[in-house]
This record gives sequence, C-alpha cells and structure tokens, in this order.
Amino acid sequence: MWKWLHPYANPEVSYHFVGKILPWLSALTAIFLSIGIVWALAFAPADYQQGDSFRIFYIHVPAASLSMGIYFGMAIAAFTSMVWQFKLADASAAAMAPVGATFTAIALITGAAWGKPMWGTWWIWDARLTSELILLFLYLGVIALHNAFEDKNLAGKAAGILTLVGVINLPIIKYSVEWWNTLHQGSTVSKLGKPSMSIDMLWPFLFCFIGFALLVGVIICIRFRNEILTRNSIRPWVRTLVSEQTSSSKLVENK
Amino acid sequence: MSTAQFACQLTPLLSATSLTCIREDRLLLDQLNIEINAGDIVQVEGPNGSGKTSLLRILAGLSQPFEGEVFFKNESIRQSREEFHQSLLYLGHLPGVKDEMNAQENLSFNLALHGLNNDTKNIEQILSEVSLTGFEDSLASHLSAGQHRRIALARLYKSNACIWILDEPFTAIDKQGVYALEQLFKAHINQGGCVILTTHQDLLTFEPSQVKKITLDYVFE
Amino acid sequence: MSLINLSYSAVFSLVLKRDLTIAMRHKDDIINPLLFFVIVITLFPLGIGPEAQTLSRIAPGIIWVAALLSTLLSLDRLFKSDHNDGSLEQMLLSPQPVFILVLAKIFAHWLITGLPLILIAPLLAVLLHLNEQSYGALFLTLLLGTPVLSLLGAIGVGLTVGIKKGGVLLSLLVLPLYIPVLIFATSAIDTAALGLPYSGQLAIIAALFFGSLTLAPFAVGAALKISTN
Repeated sequence: MWKWLHPYANPEVSYHFVGKILPWLSALTAIFLSIGIVWALAFAPADYQQGDSFRIFYIHVPAASLSMGIYFGMAIAAFTSMVWQFKLADASAAAMAPVGATFTAIALITGAAWGKPMWGTWWIWDARLTSELILLFLYLGVIALHNAFEDKNLAGKAAGILTLVGVINLPIIKYSVEWWNTLHQGSTVSKLGKPSMSIDMLWPFLFCFIGFALLVGVIICIRFRNEILTRNSIRPWVRTLVSEQTSSSKLVENK
Repeated sequence: MSTAQFACQLTPLLSATSLTCIREDRLLLDQLNIEINAGDIVQVEGPNGSGKTSLLRILAGLSQPFEGEVFFKNESIRQSREEFHQSLLYLGHLPGVKDEMNAQENLSFNLALHGLNNDTKNIEQILSEVSLTGFEDSLASHLSAGQHRRIALARLYKSNACIWILDEPFTAIDKQGVYALEQLFKAHINQGGCVILTTHQDLLTFEPSQVKKITLDYVFE
Repeated sequence: MSLINLSYSAVFSLVLKRDLTIAMRHKDDIINPLLFFVIVITLFPLGIGPEAQTLSRIAPGIIWVAALLSTLLSLDRLFKSDHNDGSLEQMLLSPQPVFILVLAKIFAHWLITGLPLILIAPLLAVLLHLNEQSYGALFLTLLLGTPVLSLLGAIGVGLTVGIKKGGVLLSLLVLPLYIPVLIFATSAIDTAALGLPYSGQLAIIAALFFGSLTLAPFAVGAALKISTN
C-alpha cells in the first residue's frame, strides 16, 4: 500500500493531482447540492406535525454528521503524520479544521433555529446540541493552537497531538453528555433527530447529504492546495508556479 | 580516567546527511553534510542569526530538521535515543539551573539525572574545580550569571559522555575559566571524545589546524 | 565515574523530590491557587443569595467548577519555569525515559495543588450547606478526579509551554477535556445526597483516572518535544 501511495507523498505531485480532480468534484457538488436543496425545500412534503420548519432538517443533520466526520478525518490525518512522519497529512489536517468548525457552527445555528418553532426557545440543553457545542470548543482549540505557532510544521504536529487527545475524549464526552441529559431532563423533550422518514423525504435528504459531503471535499481540497503552497514556499517548483501565475495575470491585464 | 575510554573510533561518532533547516521562511541550513570523528574539536562559525544554535540543537536531537537525518555511530538518533543521550552532553544558551535550589542541589540533580555519581564528596570536589567553593549552600538566585554557567559546566568534569555539544560555553566566563575549559576540551578529545561548540572568540590554546570549522552563512535567495 | 543505571522508581523519586523542594521554597505557589479556590466559592453565596436550600442544591457544581479553575490556574507552572531556565531540555536530553520524568512532575503537581484542595473542600462544603450524606462522595470524587485534572492539564501545558502568551490558550484547550470528570463527579455527589449508591459514577471516574494515567504521560512527552523544538 505504501509503495502505491509513495508518489502522492510528494507535495508537488499531490498539488497537481488535487488540482486535476477539483473541477470534477466541483461539478458533482453543484449537481447534487442543487438537486438536493431544490427538492428538499420546494418539492418534498412538509412534516405533518412540524410543517415547513421541518425542512431545516435537510441542512441540520448533514452538517451535524459531517462535523463529527471531519474531526475523525483530522484524527486519522494526525495519526498518519505522527506514525509515518507523513508531512502532507499535517497539511490536510490543517485544511480540515476550519471547515469542520464551520459545519459545527452551522449545525448549532440550524439546531437553534429549528428549536425556536419546536420548543419555543432558541437554546435547549439537548444532548446532541450540547455535544455539538463541545465539539465546536474542541475545533476552536485545535485552530487556536495551530495559529499560536509561528512554524507551520510545529503547529501541525502540536495540533495533531491535541486532535488525537480530543478524538479519544470525544466518545467519552458524548457518552457523558447523553447520560447527563437523561439524568437531568428525563425524556420530556423529544430529541432532535431521526424520525422515521418516508421515502419521499429520504431521497432529497440523501441528495443533500451527499451534496454537502462533496462540498466539504471541495473546500478541503482547495485549502489543502493552499497549505501545500505555504508550507513549501521556498521550494523551486512553488516559485516557478508563482512567477508563472503572476506573469500570466499581467499578460491578461495588458490585453 | 583511562585513555581508551571511548571505544568507538572506527565509525564517525556523529554524522549528518543533507540537513536542511527553515526558520520563519528563511533557509538556514541547505543540504549540509557533517562528519565528526573521535578526537575532533569542531567550531561552528557564522554571524548572528545564521543558524549556529539551530544546527547544534538539531545535532543534539532537540530540534527536527526540515530534511535530513542525524546519525550516532551510523545509527539514526531517532532510533537509538537512550544510547545516544547516554553519550551526549549538551549545554545550550540556558544553564538549566533552578533559582530555588543551591549550587550543590542543582549539580547533584544534574549528575543523578544523567546517571552519574552524586555523593557529597564528589560534588564538593567538582564545585571546587569550577571555583564555586564557599557557594555550595547559596541559592542560585543569589549567584551571578557566570556562576550559573559554571554550575552547568561543572558536569563536564565528571562526564562520561563522548560527544560534547556546547552552545557558547564561554559566555560570562572569565579568562582563567576559559583557559581551564580549553584544557578540559583537550583532555576530552585526547581520550577519543569530540567537542562541537560555537564561540565568538577563537580557541587560544589550540593550533588553528587542530580545530575543524563549519562556517555558516546567510543563504541568500 | 561508573555509570549508575537508575531504576524507574529512582528516577521518579529523584524528580519528585526536586519538584517538591522547589515548591516548598515557593510556598505562594501552593497557597495562591488554594486562596483562589476559597474566594471563588465565597463569591457564589454573595451572588446568588444565602438561602441554604439553593446553595446545597448547587454546591457540588460550584465546588467542582472552582476546583477545575484553580487547577487550571496552577497548571502553568508545571513546565513553564523548567522551560524558561533550560532544565526542561536537559531532562529531555537525559538518558531517562521521558514518561517517567513527566509522571513524576505531574504527581508532584498533584501533591502541591490537588491534595490541599481535597483537604480544604469539606470546610467549603460547610459554607455551602452541602448535604451531610454527600461528604464521602465529595471526598472520593476529588481524590479520584483531581489527578485526572492534573494529567489532562499536563497535555495542554506541554503543548503551550513554548508559546509566549499560552495562558488563555491553555484554558481553551483543557477545559473541554474536563467535562466528563465534572459531569460524573457532580452526579456522584448529587446521588449521594439522595442516599443512593454512587459507585457507578465513581467507577467511571476511576476508569478516567487509569486511562489518563496510562496515556497522558506519552502525549505530554510528545508535546514537550514539540515545544522545545
């Protein structure tokens, strides 16, 4: 497996490789996301209890699952970088962190917006919302630590350790928050989450979910390319790349 | 001390291949190859900010180079950490002396940490060698910068490490102290050890041909 | 001149003795976090009102949150001064295993900050009208929980010790990790107040303790290597 992966450990190769798949990925994202959102917001049936406010579910749930997924992705990248000294993995983790934090924030905001018509209050200490809030803190910690180091290589390593510590703690935190929630609130409040979905809700949901997942992929790829460039700014290939770009843009201006 | 104390003369004691170091987007070391043998005294030269300290820290294994690898007796120091550290004595800019402890306690802890004999008699003898007799019981916070450095340097007198990496060892040390240290270096390399150091003043008692030099310069872009 | 091969326990006690000696000559480092703990707890009745029923209801939470904060306040000195005067890099360069050195320093930190907290907590529990049945639970949760705070906190300090303004960052990194301990400890005290068995919560805190005891020293070692880079 490592032999096969080896060429991609070269920053230049992976920079160009990601650049090649990016247009395809973006096109796919546009297709899935536009179909999914139009379907979910305009054509899918309204919930018989919650009415149209239920439609925020099509954004909230993908954002919430992706926010967790991205954290696990970061942990895998951190582990790879630590065990195999695989420097690109640090760059990918750095590319993921702000995206994950943003999706966590989206999950929280949509959760609150959904809570208002459902419970009549913006915030409720629901187990899921609470773990999502703590996840946001974990993300912000990783980002803040990353920013605190001048040297990007060190920053990546430090953030990697914190991510791994966080990923060990995440299930414990999630479990303890759920336990705390049932202890203090009983089951008086129906949790956000999976009502049994009818088929005409499931399809637009799947399209939305895949669309958002692809969107995450696209943003991470773009950020990953940037991370590669900043980390290798003294390499000759980056310099020629930059000088080519600037000269071609000057050409366009002159025309 | 016997003369053949360090039986490691065949392979280079410390070597490094294609060391590259980047600090704040500046290339400090560029594909540097180093080989240091038993009996060598190596002086790292260069203007301020040229990466002397960075090089010494990389050689000691405290910093990781951007590229390249350091070898102790042809074995990567990442693989043989404990063995390497047993043969290494590194003194950086900071003396590693605790203000809250007195000279004797500081030295005693340092020796014990490195697995050396730290009974009182031994310590008194070493402290007298670095002319700290009479200051054994003074808290380090009451001692001068030069005396702090002497406490740190005192370890050299009883060291069984064959590689000495010293970053500006003469800072705040008076003339006689410098002379004594140079004699110590001589004895050390004659026993088959090696010394790697940075200093702004030349080594006075060594023949210029005796001292190997690594000259670092700004790498202009 | 012979090399003495130190056993793990000899290295552990060597570092422990050194850190305790230093702490004893700097007594305000022990007293100040404790004073902070006491003052924070006295602020709550002043802010909420002296009604005994309300206070006893929120006492477990207040005591534990104050314990978290005062631990956090004292964490900084775990590696900071060693980092600043160069003794940290000497320790990392010694032939001794890093996790033993780290474990000894964390244990010293707990003796200096965690233990006094446990000793003074019953007094503060009286001020907050904590239910009498809860004293045992308070003691046991603090006994098992404060080492977890020191161990997890050490990871945060290890990561931030090389950063100039690492103090606020440290709390940002460490506090979320403290949440499980807080939840199970306060719940154990609450359960005890009802006269119910709280061994389940204690078992979980014990599991957290052993988990962090085995994993944290390695994470701290790795973090310190990055910070001294």
